Amino acid sequence: MKMEKFSRRDFLKTSGALVVTFSLDHSLAHAAEKGKSRPAKTVAADQVDGFVAIDAKGNVTVFSGKVDLGTGVYTALTQIAADELYVSFEQVKIVQGDTALTPDQGNTWGSLTIQAGGVQIRQACATAREALLDQAAAKLGAARNELAVRDGIISSQSSGRKISYGELVGGRNFELKLNPKAPLKPVSEYTLVGRSVNRLDIPGKVTGRFTYMHDFKRPGMLHARVVRPAALRATLVSHDDRAAKRIPGFVKTVRKDNFLAAVAKTEWGSIRAAEAIQAKWTSWAGLPDKTRLWDHVRGTKVVRDEVFQNVGDTAKAMPAGARQLSATYDFAVHTHGSIGPSCAVADYRDGQLTVWSSSQATHMLRRQLARMLNMKAEDVRCLYLEGSGCYGRNGHEDAAADAALIARELGKPVRVQWSRAEEQAWSPKGPPTLLEHRAALDAAGNVTAWESLVYIPNRPKGFEVTLVAAELSGLPKDTAFPGNIHQSLAVPYTFPNVKATARWLAETPFKPSWIRTPGRMQNTYANECFMDECAAAAGADPVEYRLRNLKDARGAECIDRCVRMANWTPRGKPGRDKGEIARGRGFSYIKYELVRTYVAVVADVAVNRRTGAVQVERFHVAHDCGQVINPDGLKNQIEGNVVQTVSRTLIEDLKWDRGAVTGVDWESYPILRFPGVPAVHIDLIDRPGERPWGAGEPTAAVVPSAIANAIYDAVGIRMRSVPFTPDKMLAALRSV
Amino acid sequence: MAKNIPLTVNGKSHDLRVDDPQMPLLYALRNDLDLHGPRFGCGLAQCGSCTVLVDGRAVRSCRMPLSAAAGKKVVTLEGLGSPQKLHPLQEAFIQEQAVQCGYCINGMIMQAADLLARNKRPSEDEIRQALANNLCRCGTHVRIVRAVKRAAEMMA
Repeated sequence: MKMEKFSRRDFLKTSGALVVTFSLDHSLAHAAEKGKSRPAKTVAADQVDGFVAIDAKGNVTVFSGKVDLGTGVYTALTQIAADELYVSFEQVKIVQGDTALTPDQGNTWGSLTIQAGGVQIRQACATAREALLDQAAAKLGAARNELAVRDGIISSQSSGRKISYGELVGGRNFELKLNPKAPLKPVSEYTLVGRSVNRLDIPGKVTGRFTYMHDFKRPGMLHARVVRPAALRATLVSHDDRAAKRIPGFVKTVRKDNFLAAVAKTEWGSIRAAEAIQAKWTSWAGLPDKTRLWDHVRGTKVVRDEVFQNVGDTAKAMPAGARQLSATYDFAVHTHGSIGPSCAVADYRDGQLTVWSSSQATHMLRRQLARMLNMKAEDVRCLYLEGSGCYGRNGHEDAAADAALIARELGKPVRVQWSRAEEQAWSPKGPPTLLEHRAALDAAGNVTAWESLVYIPNRPKGFEVTLVAAELSGLPKDTAFPGNIHQSLAVPYTFPNVKATARWLAETPFKPSWIRTPGRMQNTYANECFMDECAAAAGADPVEYRLRNLKDARGAECIDRCVRMANWTPRGKPGRDKGEIARGRGFSYIKYELVRTYVAVVADVAVNRRTGAVQVERFHVAHDCGQVINPDGLKNQIEGNVVQTVSRTLIEDLKWDRGAVTGVDWESYPILRFPGVPAVHIDLIDRPGERPWGAGEPTAAVVPSAIANAIYDAVGIRMRSVPFTPDKMLAALRSV
Repeated sequence: MAKNIPLTVNGKSHDLRVDDPQMPLLYALRNDLDLHGPRFGCGLAQCGSCTVLVDGRAVRSCRMPLSAAAGKKVVTLEGLGSPQKLHPLQEAFIQEQAVQCGYCINGMIMQAADLLARNKRPSEDEIRQALANNLCRCGTHVRIVRAVKRAAEMMA
């Protein structure tokens, strides 16, 4: 088998002003998925050709650096592109996350795919359409303002003459800079944007015809399983693979320093071979005692304090208040827990590496793999294939690095499939987060000073996360970025004195990374719980108290629509429900990162006073992310935000001993099941004239605080430690 | 020791030659028969994403040795219906858009098929109980329950 590769020359040919024509039709999109193309195409993000190509038949291929992680953005981006280009929905195909074909639009993170990636693609489409209209006007001898366009066919309304996109540009480059000011289609003319178009991937997914990363095969592909150290930083003393060699299909044991893997011709053979290898590891017990985790966090070496919101003078105002409040909140270590463990395929031939991965960041992965293997980035190509749901930087990149390392050793295509235990134990984690809040109130109960301090792992310069394979093998590695986890510590309220400080710590027990709503969830949990505590101290209704401190009409509208939908009434004395099942409701609000999507929620909970179990019965969500692209797709995301975060808030808590993660399956790291799932009622505030903002994370930010505030309403207890397990709930109930 | 195992998958008879009869059914379906409906999720029968019907009942194929499936009738998601001829459950999942990443959806549909074969009009609570050992991480649960309800209505 000959490896299809792309040459550096192909890139150079297109990177300058040279006019290069290339044939591009839907088969390229198809070929790209299979890794069979030899594309010569610009990936420049300032060029229309970076994002859009139109073939002779008028079929459109959009090249997106942002990828569909199971959120439905493939369909939403198709809607955006088709509408902006005035072509039909069926005329558009999208190539996602292929470093040889798609521009680097940054990681698929931070609720930015529509807001940033989609807007960039929309602008490229608008630029292309304007150029096509200019060309059509010249060819048809018509004035621009009398041209109409539909399904990619431009017609002169006076002469009736027509010309298609395919005729104008088919198969050729636009050779055009992306114009950030190209006029957008008028909102009134949208036919796809704003509609609940059915997702394109769902028919294939419900009939077993969709190709996930895990289904991808290459001719001659081998299967590998990594043998992980017995403890996180244990080193390999020796290994004995005599028993593995007797497994049918066994090919080889690969060892590089502490990286150890079994390779076989079949998947089952690789699993058995990995189990058959006898590895002797040194002992290592460097993890903190979990029962004293928060002392450990508080005692961790501080790199520096950084203030992210500084209004007035809290040092002066705090002691001057009529009374002071303080509270400490903590938020457990969480893992991504995708249902499908990480998987990747790598092929290394003739100094060229090709990797298929479900990475949310194929361009970053390419740089990381090149660094690890001491290769030029041009000699590495990473292609995205959709995997199991991805909610941040999980194990995908690590599985890709495992596969790349092994493939280089073998010179053959290699598939690495992580086990459930590897996924739970070796993927990066949401770091333990500790927050200390203080406030001063005046005699009327208004906040006169607000201080917050969050203990979080320090941010290095880069955005990478250290690859496990690089760590184990001793190859060059990157530092570990935890995500922008200081975000949303700043509050949206107009207090006269505010100081919000991040205390950057030198280390954290597990390699950190971003998990859905990183930092914003933890920070908002503390902020919105503490806001509730202030309201209670003031004897005020929690909703009215927030509105009193909000000078933001759009935010106030979001709150108003939520409480009207939920039929919110001022809360009475907390804990008034004396039955065994005590019900309560809580409110929470966010303006995401203070600059975008608004969310207001009401949670209804039932606390079982006997068992300590908390059932979240219902969530009401009002959501304003500006222009809505696909209302049903958006609702699907909001529902997912709520349900996943109910799981994190009530149940999830990574377990470990002094050497290793012990929460390695769904028994030892349980997540929410169907009986625990709340009803979710949603009010979408659509603003078609505004820019679209993100929706993948903001709702999750307010879920833990809304639940905590509802528990307070139900039983008069402040739950200041996530998760709110029955044990913690019972202990709190017994202490009052 | 290589051995031949006879089984029927989606109506077709196979005589699978395998190195290890203890290999879970999942790997035979995915790798030997190239079926992508059943999915590897945990290998521990804890999540349900590998679910198939064996002689009409939902089974976790990641834990069932191939030898135990010998002579039995296996139906996978592909065998339940096709894009051209959807099973009511598949149609209902499309109508409700009851998918996010969709990795768990094979298990949800196959488990629901098992439920609807025994209980033609399940209540919402019965659906939740029947799916209690099928995990979804994206949080698609509310739509999945709606889809199963809709399928039951379509099949009534």
